Amino acid sequence: MSKARTSLSRTAIVHAALIAYTLIAVFPVFLTIINSMKNRNAIFRNPMQLPTPATFDLVGYRTVLGQGDFALYFQNSLIVTVVSIFLVLLFGAMAAFALSEYRFRGNTLMGLYLALGIMIPIRLGTVAILQGMVATGLVNTLTALILVYTAQGLPLAVFILSEFMRTVSDDLKNAGRIDGLSEYSIFFRLVLPLVRPAMATVAVFTMIPIWNDLWFPLILAPGEATKTVTLGSQIFIGQFVTNWNAVLAALSLAILPVLVLYLAFSRQLIRGITSGAVK
Amino acid sequence: MRQDRPCDTLRIWRWIIERTVNSGQETMTDATVSEAEFDVVRRPRRWHIAVFLLPALVVYTAVMILPLFETLRLSFFNTVDGQPAFVGLSNFATLFGNERWASDFWNALKNNFIFFFIHMMVQNPIGIALAALLSLPKLRGAAFYRTAIFLPTLLSFVIVGFIWKLILSPIWGVSPYLMDLVGLKSLFSPWLGRPGSALIAVSLISVWQYVGIPMMLIYAALLNIPEEVIEAAECDGITGWAQFFKIKLPLILPAIGIISILTFVGNFNAFDLVYTVQGALAGPDGSTDILGTLLYRTFFGFQLQLGDRSMGATIATVMFLIILAGVSLYLFVIQRRIRRYQF
Repeated sequence: MSKARTSLSRTAIVHAALIAYTLIAVFPVFLTIINSMKNRNAIFRNPMQLPTPATFDLVGYRTVLGQGDFALYFQNSLIVTVVSIFLVLLFGAMAAFALSEYRFRGNTLMGLYLALGIMIPIRLGTVAILQGMVATGLVNTLTALILVYTAQGLPLAVFILSEFMRTVSDDLKNAGRIDGLSEYSIFFRLVLPLVRPAMATVAVFTMIPIWNDLWFPLILAPGEATKTVTLGSQIFIGQFVTNWNAVLAALSLAILPVLVLYLAFSRQLIRGITSGAVK
Repeated sequence: MRQDRPCDTLRIWRWIIERTVNSGQETMTDATVSEAEFDVVRRPRRWHIAVFLLPALVVYTAVMILPLFETLRLSFFNTVDGQPAFVGLSNFATLFGNERWASDFWNALKNNFIFFFIHMMVQNPIGIALAALLSLPKLRGAAFYRTAIFLPTLLSFVIVGFIWKLILSPIWGVSPYLMDLVGLKSLFSPWLGRPGSALIAVSLISVWQYVGIPMMLIYAALLNIPEEVIEAAECDGITGWAQFFKIKLPLILPAIGIISILTFVGNFNAFDLVYTVQGALAGPDGSTDILGTLLYRTFFGFQLQLGDRSMGATIATVMFLIILAGVSLYLFVIQRRIRRYQF
């Protein structure tokens, strides 16, 4: 057997294995989306079939949009996620700058203290967090969720950002100092723009668990006005569990924003994960 | 080595500028001041450090660290005659030994270990295998595979849980149909509904969702192996499987260590998937109950059972100790034993 043929068959095996796993990964999502657009009979008779003109039916979507208050849930999720990411990035970058730029007493200790939260999940403090939120009257507000998610995101943000900030040239910062920039303008005008790629990585890492979280919305903000998309669809699906059209449509609606964002940003996301972020 | 001071020439220039700006009268001849005096002039008090650190520190301490310690503290208290009172370790004794609590607790702990074991045995090997395939040189379509395989990781538990609930449902018939295609229809059973198989099914759903994370981390580690090492191996005739096991695997051991500890922390803190697939009771018959769902039911109450803050705090403390033990084991034993190669 020639060498070229062995390598050809090897390539074929590699692709077969990867295609097989890709199918396993994507198939359930695909199946949900195609069936959400079919009528009830077709869902059960021919689950594998793409919607045809005869079986095409958007009744599920009509139920979801008519019954659940998904626009509100979506808005809540968006507010919570965007504000939390903004605070995590701002506070995290400031702390990372302080830790990586200045030498002061307790610097290392402070770094370790802030890094504790990378390994210890914030969920374990839930009992006291709920108590605190009740005491401050923040239960069933989006503020409660934003505070929790900001605290949850900070440790990793500080860790990743301070690694990156160490690579910003000292000469540049010193040139800024000579030009009379204050330490604040050095941070906001020189350093922040330079670590933007790292900020994007942190933003993605912070966003996914916040958007998908079910625990804290369930415990801190289960009220109708503050439900997030994750909690809202969980409850909606629980109520409509026998209405397959509605369930499949709700699932598809929940998948779509993530899918669109992911397809748009997957390059950056994967580059972020595979570059210096985790070493 | 990081520096927070300009190099000497710059410092002197800066000092000169400050001096001249501040007093206007200083001459440039006394540029050879002592270090101490220099520092005094340069920064009397560096308030900006505090300003930079404070917001992060306040939020992190107030919302994360203090509640964590308060929870640990609460686990030593319970309500005695309607008054909160210090009860020492009796909450733990109740949890480990009391008839009503102990069986639930040990069951959840055992299930949690099985949950973790399945992740280690299925998720991480598959992740490593996929990463090894993806990192093969000159592989076409690697970006496409990567994107597709990572997709489930981004979906929320609610989506993942319900999709699989539907697919595995005997009512819909998708899984029997698919298994029929490969001739295994007779093996189908409603796995999620049987106490014997529900935990395995839920674990495998979680594996399906998270396999992207070990894949990506290992993939990154494999890409970091220098070209020369691989070339040297090829010169010595080490290729294919042997190359992976003898050359690459030892080099990515630190990354495997990291994914193991991430899996451990994630698994012992898991809740969402079991809650969406099997509900708060983690049925059938508690067979999928893990520490996260037990904590939720205990602390929050469910159906007839009332919420119990002290016992909730006690379970959270036990989870904390388990995670702490795992993390310490990793940091102080495993991480130090793993041989690292510097290039």
